[in-house]
Amino acid sequence: MSPQSPPAMSEVSQALCILFILLIPLALAGLALINTGLSRLRSAAHSMMAALCVVAVAAAAYFITGFAWQGYPGLASHTLSIFGKEWSWLGAGHFFLRGVPLDGSPASLAALSQLLSVGLAALIPLGAAAERWRLRACCLSTALLAGVTYPLFAHWVWGGGWLARLGANYGLGQGFLDAGGSSTIQAVGGLTALSLVWLLGPRRGKYNLEGMPAALPGHNTVLVLFGCLLALVGWMGLNSAGSLLFAGVPPGRTVLVAVNTLLSAAGAVLAAAATTRYSFGKPDASLSANGWVCGLVASSAGCAFIPPAAALLIGLVAGALVTYTVAWMEVHLALDDPAGAVSVHALGGIWGILAVGLFSRAAAVGASAANPGMMQSGQMLAQVVGVATLLGFVLPFTYSLNWLLNRFFPQRIPPEEERQGADLYELGAGAYPEFMTHTDEFSQW
Amino acid sequence: MKITGLLLMPAGWFIVLAALVLLRAVLAQNLFVAAGMGVEILGLVLFTRAHLVAKRGNE
Repeated sequence: MSPQSPPAMSEVSQALCILFILLIPLALAGLALINTGLSRLRSAAHSMMAALCVVAVAAAAYFITGFAWQGYPGLASHTLSIFGKEWSWLGAGHFFLRGVPLDGSPASLAALSQLLSVGLAALIPLGAAAERWRLRACCLSTALLAGVTYPLFAHWVWGGGWLARLGANYGLGQGFLDAGGSSTIQAVGGLTALSLVWLLGPRRGKYNLEGMPAALPGHNTVLVLFGCLLALVGWMGLNSAGSLLFAGVPPGRTVLVAVNTLLSAAGAVLAAAATTRYSFGKPDASLSANGWVCGLVASSAGCAFIPPAAALLIGLVAGALVTYTVAWMEVHLALDDPAGAVSVHALGGIWGILAVGLFSRAAAVGASAANPGMMQSGQMLAQVVGVATLLGFVLPFTYSLNWLLNRFFPQRIPPEEERQGADLYELGAGAYPEFMTHTDEFSQW
Repeated sequence: MKITGLLLMPAGWFIVLAALVLLRAVLAQNLFVAAGMGVEILGLVLFTRAHLVAKRGNE
């Protein structure tokens, strides 16, 4: 049965939606550039090549099983009846997108947007596991993420699943709300990144015998900052398309979505620059870039439901959060995450989810608002249940899948080859062949 | 410690789900959801500590 009817979309909405979806690849390009710029010279080509492979594998895996299991409101799904309430837990579509007419219908637009979004989710672990993750392992792990983990959780949020129905079934506000993918794309990608950082361990030379981390700066800050600007355009498309497709907002509301996306990123980069200026005496470019992306990530969930001032505040908190947690995780949790992906995408995503409960307005989420206080507390509880699902289901699930994969296909590059760099070991040539490798890069080994 | 942490995370999630399904009173529901989140965070802390211990053992 279909547990929820699909959001109605006018022809204007459909045309706008196609336009916004075609902007999403810029977010992928931005994230790939950020990951590459934050990795060292010896692994730069590997990072970009892995990004291409990961996007390709993600699209193929999602095409084969992903959309069938994710589904869309109004399409068939597997349901459980628990105490008289229907819990839709998995899409029941056909593999290979069979049965989905690719004609501009809302379901077909959702399939197109998700083919790209799943690539964005798969790029997140690439930044965290940079310089030590085998290309083959990247592809296999991505296939599991795009073919199993992502569609399962995305069905619960965007496919008319039980999280989306928390409002109708249990009176929790409007159910779990996430217009642009703070949970489905960012937090799922970020928690997979955390699993891989745990499984792979730190890069050689990152920690000394006393356990203190060494600074291994990225090789190209310009790539990182240019990636941030590209990501902004892509994120505006991602949030706007998601708001039309999964939140059912009218086309005019995409102006608010774009304003909120920009303000959140702006607040975050300013907060990151200010906090690093306060901590180190000068603003730090790579942490400010992390702050920018964290602002984009945090904006996604509530971009269609919150006022612009709240978006700015969400960004300010996100920017401060990321600068402190990146350093704290590196020093106290021994997490070697070159791109700061766990802080930016997992923590930033969770903050964005909770911010919907804090700042969304009853009218903006389509509630009748007979009792706004009750609606607000119920909405907050729905968002907390979403976070609990990410920590209680997605993290153990994605860790277990990658642990199993690691048992059969070791995911880490061998130590001696890691010293040479992933470029030479996996691709046979460096990214910048006319440059000699600096001798000081080897002195720390 | 690692397996205990890994099992505590879904255990906390089940407490959250049980609170939704079984409880109607808002206060009780909120308290049980908070308790479930607490169990999840405890599992996450244990799991993280297990990785730290393993890493120091390797050194």
